[in-house]
Amino acid sequence: MSELPDLPSIFFYILVTGLPTTLILTVLALGFGFLLGMVLAIMRVYGERELAWIGSAYEKLMRGIPVLVLIFIFAYGIPEIFWYLDSLYRQVASIILALSLRSAAYQSQIFRGAILSVNPGQMLAARAIGMKQIQAFRHIVLPQAIRLAVPAWTNEYSVVIKDTSFAYSFGVIELTKAAYRVSVNFPILWAPTMLIAAILYFLVTYPVTRIFGKKQNKRLKELGIGGK
Amino acid sequence: MNKPVLRVLDVWKSYGELEVLKGISFDVEEREVKVIFGPSGSGKSTLLRCINLLDPPDKGLIYLRGENLTVPGVDLNMMRTRIGMVFQQFNLFSHLKAIDNVSIALQRVKGFTKEEARKKAYDALERVKMSNWADHYPAQLSGGQQQRVGIARALAMEPDVVLFDEPTSALDPELIGEVLQVMLDIAKSGTTMIVVTHEMGFARAVASEMIFIDDGVISERGTPDHFFKSPESERVKNFLHKLDILYGGYEKLLKE
Repeated sequence: MSELPDLPSIFFYILVTGLPTTLILTVLALGFGFLLGMVLAIMRVYGERELAWIGSAYEKLMRGIPVLVLIFIFAYGIPEIFWYLDSLYRQVASIILALSLRSAAYQSQIFRGAILSVNPGQMLAARAIGMKQIQAFRHIVLPQAIRLAVPAWTNEYSVVIKDTSFAYSFGVIELTKAAYRVSVNFPILWAPTMLIAAILYFLVTYPVTRIFGKKQNKRLKELGIGGK
Repeated sequence: MNKPVLRVLDVWKSYGELEVLKGISFDVEEREVKVIFGPSGSGKSTLLRCINLLDPPDKGLIYLRGENLTVPGVDLNMMRTRIGMVFQQFNLFSHLKAIDNVSIALQRVKGFTKEEARKKAYDALERVKMSNWADHYPAQLSGGQQQRVGIARALAMEPDVVLFDEPTSALDPELIGEVLQVMLDIAKSGTTMIVVTHEMGFARAVASEMIFIDDGVISERGTPDHFFKSPESERVKNFLHKLDILYGGYEKLLKE
């Protein structure tokens, strides 16, 4: 067995081999979740009854399934959906899909609330001046809804970034897996290594939510849209 | 023969059991200022929303320069660019600066380039004496200033007629004057306007006709002279008397 590494080198090892993958998984899951979540939110606010019902049912269904079960379903249950990828990437794709579908449910709820908190007078004024409903949504309601959603959205970021750790059991070397590797090789360092992993997660989560949440609340107050 | 700018013909509107408008008809000619007043809940605001079809009437016809708006297949969005609206609560777009509030529809609806739209928006802000505040967000403006931007937003589209829905009733008393002054200016410059208001001073100064709406019908109409000198019905006399007391005629109240 090789010599025990010191703590800073463990820190940098996890940072370099694990963190980038964790961040990529997070960004992709949040991104796809954003797109689908926004569509679901629009269906629920503006859609006919059937569409609204589908949006609402999707959210309730996804909220009731553990994310690991979702990953199992896509990674092992129906791996054929990503038939064109190699087996490792197939699993990465399945993880991203599972995280996205779940995040979309939560994001749809965030955006639905945000769209509904935009003063109805805004839509009225936009229609009165000749905008089509879609233009009024795109140029007037959506920009305000997105601003209103930022504080809740940063919370969703903090959830997703931590849930990417489920990828460790599928051979993806992300932050948790990198820490796990060190720990398995040097069992005596199990506790400090995991502590380092915890610190790294904390460092990429808390400051982001704090800075964005606080800054945005201040900005919303200045503009007089919600955030009182 | 000139067609009226706007023709409202036998407009009916109800919400469930509640009949709000029961057959309203009137014409608005070029450069006319029509003042609509009456007790709250009498259907004045509903009437304005029926005219630009934000709230389509159940029955009745609306013509804008001879074009029927109340038949299927009309491009209502296009028609609404020709009917300006000023709201009681201003309804400025909160995330946009004053200048962008005015220019956004010029750009997105009328298809002007960004520069043209901003130029026109700036001119409109000048008309309401708000060009110095072009780069301020609505929340940084007083109610009176916001409403002036709201008027500029409507004027910039160069509409055939502008609807005012109680434009001063959400304002602090000391801010009402500046908005009324702007409205007087644009009335005198020949803008066709329909104004729902209880500002009788404004009506007296520029109204070409006043319409008293009560319980969903036009119960009396005439020139300002008619209303302030010899109103017919007791209902109107009573209403004007109450407004008079509200706007400073307290002595009368003390004598009674």
